[in-house]
Amino acid sequence: MKVLLGIGGSDDSLRALERTVDRAVAAGDELVVAVLENPDSDRTPAEVAEHVEATLVDIDADIDVEVRLVEGDPGSRLVDIAEHEGFDRIVLGGGQTSPMGKITLGSIAEFVLLNAKTTVTLVR
Amino acid sequence: MTPDRFPETVADDFPSPPITFTDRNDREIEVRAYDGSEQEHDALATMYEAFDPADRAQGIPPGGAEEIRRWLSTILEGDCYNVLAWHGDDVAGHATLVPAYDDAESFELAIFVLQEYQEAGIGTRLIEALLGHGQAADVEVVWLTVERWNHAAVSLYEKIGFETADAESFELGMSLRLNPPETE
Repeated sequence: MKVLLGIGGSDDSLRALERTVDRAVAAGDELVVAVLENPDSDRTPAEVAEHVEATLVDIDADIDVEVRLVEGDPGSRLVDIAEHEGFDRIVLGGGQTSPMGKITLGSIAEFVLLNAKTTVTLVR
Repeated sequence: MTPDRFPETVADDFPSPPITFTDRNDREIEVRAYDGSEQEHDALATMYEAFDPADRAQGIPPGGAEEIRRWLSTILEGDCYNVLAWHGDDVAGHATLVPAYDDAESFELAIFVLQEYQEAGIGTRLIEALLGHGQAADVEVVWLTVERWNHAAVSLYEKIGFETADAESFELGMSLRLNPPETE
């Protein structure tokens, strides 16, 4: 399967990265990691990309993963890439948890859920 | 997640618990601050075990006895404020203020009323008592998120005086000031 993981640097997106790489190794997925400009994230795209590379080394994943910096509106760019490049699935972090324990979806996940024509996976 | 800014105007004084009243179904209800006893903890866990999953909001309360106890241990301890609505020895409702990770002055609010006690005026009294409890303890500001299609909850919060802070996503962000900002 051809999987597009979008990450913008929020904690839930970094968790999604590890789980998605593990899954890709197990399933033999073709994985592209799109580093997005998430306005809600404290980490810059360059920092996030660095984190992605380090995670891939840590996991010692025996697969080729393409890491791509994606500029512009994160949700719409992700949907656009998935449709034009024949991805089967978009994967995103499944939301942050408030002090109370409430799940709060990020703005990128909201847009992608409502607009993607591919299957969308939210990692919890 | 915590709102960027809060209302400047301070809300009116809310009544402090304990508060006793008769609900719209002629039940005697008492709202009291949670006392930390094992008995009250168990009664509250029992309420959540009976809670209809259809009324779950944004993942809380969790399902299953163990998950409920784990969740309760995070919101009943530390610097949290909790009030319970009692009908005899049964807990009919619970409201809580939980401090933000990074800001000691702002608290996240949530309220749950057991299904058989809903639409009886208990929610309003419960939230007022919680806010009175927090106000007396010098809590400055409270905030919450609510699913925007949950009209009953949104209109309750508006009636209490909450202002909408963020209306751009599935969840509506609302906030209220209980005490003026502390002067340096």
